[in-house]
Order: sequence, then structure tokens, then C-alpha cells
Amino acid sequence: MTSRQKRFAFIGLGLVVLGVATALVLNALKSNLSLFITPTEVVNGEIPKGKSFRLGGMVEDGSLKRENDGLTVHFVVTDTAKRVPVTYKGILPDLFKEGKGAVAQGQLAADGTFVASEVLAKHDENYMPPEAAAAMAKAKASRAQSSNTLVIQTQ
Amino acid sequence: MNWSKYSAPLAFYPLAGKMIPWFSVVAALAIAVGLYIGLLVAPTDATQHDSYRIIFVHVPAAWMSMFLYVVMAIWAGIGMGLNARLSFMMAQAIAPTGAMFTFIALVTGCMWGKPTWGTYWVWDARLTSELILLFQYAGVMLLRTSIDDLRRADRASGVLALVGVVNIPIIYFSVQWWNTLHQGASVSMTAAPKMAAIMLTAMLLMTFGFWMYSIAVILARVRCVILERESQPAWSNPSAAPEVAEAR
Repeated sequence: MTSRQKRFAFIGLGLVVLGVATALVLNALKSNLSLFITPTEVVNGEIPKGKSFRLGGMVEDGSLKRENDGLTVHFVVTDTAKRVPVTYKGILPDLFKEGKGAVAQGQLAADGTFVASEVLAKHDENYMPPEAAAAMAKAKASRAQSSNTLVIQTQ
Repeated sequence: MNWSKYSAPLAFYPLAGKMIPWFSVVAALAIAVGLYIGLLVAPTDATQHDSYRIIFVHVPAAWMSMFLYVVMAIWAGIGMGLNARLSFMMAQAIAPTGAMFTFIALVTGCMWGKPTWGTYWVWDARLTSELILLFQYAGVMLLRTSIDDLRRADRASGVLALVGVVNIPIIYFSVQWWNTLHQGASVSMTAAPKMAAIMLTAMLLMTFGFWMYSIAVILARVRCVILERESQPAWSNPSAAPEVAEAR
């Protein structure tokens, strides 16, 4: 090998070793690098005891309830497998909606309710104009309907 | 045509000068059309309304911040392998533009985060690794300026740039590997884009514009670097004596 080829081989080898080392470190840190814990992990008890943590998942459809003071809200966070009820007193972000993602920071109370001190909305990666969103919602609704009723349209 | 003659800084200097206007004009056109489509033609988003329009700057800037880092590291690697001065000069010229795009991506992300997520900043894997990228650019630039001997400065900052490349896949895949507040990729090589075609058009035009802008600015900066370095008398600049370098 010429000295030039040796240098390139050395650089390449260095990068490979570095990449493997990084992959191993990241694998070891895997659970610690996640921003939030899923409801399944919470129900299975895989949570830091007596510590504040973040709970993330979908806000279950129809679960959002407001108390009369107008600030306290109750909702259920789910990952479609397990559900965790959440209580939060404060202002919710604009994008917080039922059926959308959310991340709540707080602690698990003794009765299994998650008491949140901060709630963030998690946006998904879909961008579409309102008309398209409305059309999709309509299509979804009509699919659900047509499964048990026959819709007869006039004109 | 013998392209290798342009690896000499003195031959590359006039060539770079000739290319700059072309890239500048294309960049200005692409950014103007991209902004027009993105801000005036594209419809609002169903859930985020008009605040989503920041993606026309945010996403291209974030892409360029990662892309330019890889290009910078490749130039540094070529420089170390071939002992080529111009490669190190290219790496030096890329760093400030890459750092600027990283900064733009972070700031526009904060501006977007408040109305949509409800917070300016959260320490999730995507945001943190992008912030680390900004520190990496700063580190590469500072290491270079802190060493007086140009050849050693080139090598030291080149090694740092190469080592830092491991962060690029971490930034890109962070939203897949870990639970993050930042959403997944709307546009990827493997799946159909998850956004309306007109929005995608504007975003890709802006990306192209940023890319062409980067080339124009980096060529202009590398001309300054060539002037600065090559104007020194040869005996005071070890990197200007290639036969000495090869005899090591």
C-alpha cells in the first residue's frame, strides 16, 4: 500500500470503530433517551418510583372532561393497549385534541391517576389543507356507517 | 479536460469566481419562488393553521445543517488522505454556513414549538442532538482558530469534524429510535410524502435554493481563505511546501 492508501484506510477504519462504539453506547442508553414513557410501561410498573416522569400517548376519544372551575381537566392517555387516566390543572396547548398525541409531565398518584404539571401536544407528521382533512374525516365516518346501515343517496 | 489542476488553490480561485454568480442567481430564484408558493399559494394546514408555514424555512435549514456537516467532514477526510490544501480550505469555508443553518433550524423550531406543542424547548432526542450539532460546528471552528500552525489546525479540526459525523445519523433517526416530542419525518426516501403536493413543492424548492445559496457563499468564502492563506510568503507557511509535507 502506498502511504496515501494507508492514510485513507486508517481514516476509514477509525470511522468504523467509532460508529460501532457509538451504536453500542446508544443501545445501552436506549431507554434513557426516550422523552416519555408509554401507558403500557406505566401499567407494568416500569416507572421511576416517587419521581416525576413524562407520560406520552394518544388522548382517548371521548375521554376529555372539564371541571366547573374551567381549568382542571381529566383525560385518558392510551397507546391502544393500556390506558392511564390523567388529571391536569392549567391551560392546554391549542393542538391538544382527543385522538391526537400528547406528552404530560407529572407523577403517578396512589390511586393510579397521573397528576400532570405540564401538558404538551405532540403533532404528527401529516400536513394537509383543511378541505382534505374534512374529506378524509367524512370518508372515515361514511365507511363506519356503511358497515351497519345502507345509505341511499338521492341525486 | 484535466480537472485535477483545479485542486491547486491558485487555479481554483478564478474558477470559483466564475461560478459564484450562477449559483447566486439560481438560489435567489428558487428561494423567491419557494417563498411565494409556500407563503401565498399553499393552503393552510388543517390542524396547525398558518403556523405550519415555518416548515418552509425550518425543514430546509435543518436538512442543510446535516448535509453541510457531512460535506465538511468529507472534505476534511480527503484533505487528510491526500494532503490537499484546497480540501481543508473547503472544510474551513463550509463550517460557518453549516452553523448558520443549524442556528436557523433551532430558532425557527422554538418559534414553531410554542404555538403547537406549548413549549419553546424540550430536551428530547431530536432537539438535543441538533443543539449538539451547533456545538460541534462551533468546536470545529474554534479548534481551527486556536492553533496557529495552519497544517496542524487543518488536521486537528478535520479529525474533530470526522468524529462528529456519528451525530448525523443520530439526529436523523432520533425520531424513530426513541420517543420524542418532535414528530417523525414527513418526507423520506422510503415512504410517500405525508404532506400535500403543493406544500412539498414549496419545501423542496426552498431546499434547492438553500443548497445553491450554500454553494455560492462557500465558494465566495473559500476565495477569501485562499487569499488569506496563499498571500503569506512560502517559508512562513508549511502547508505551502508540499514536498516537505510528503517527505514526512
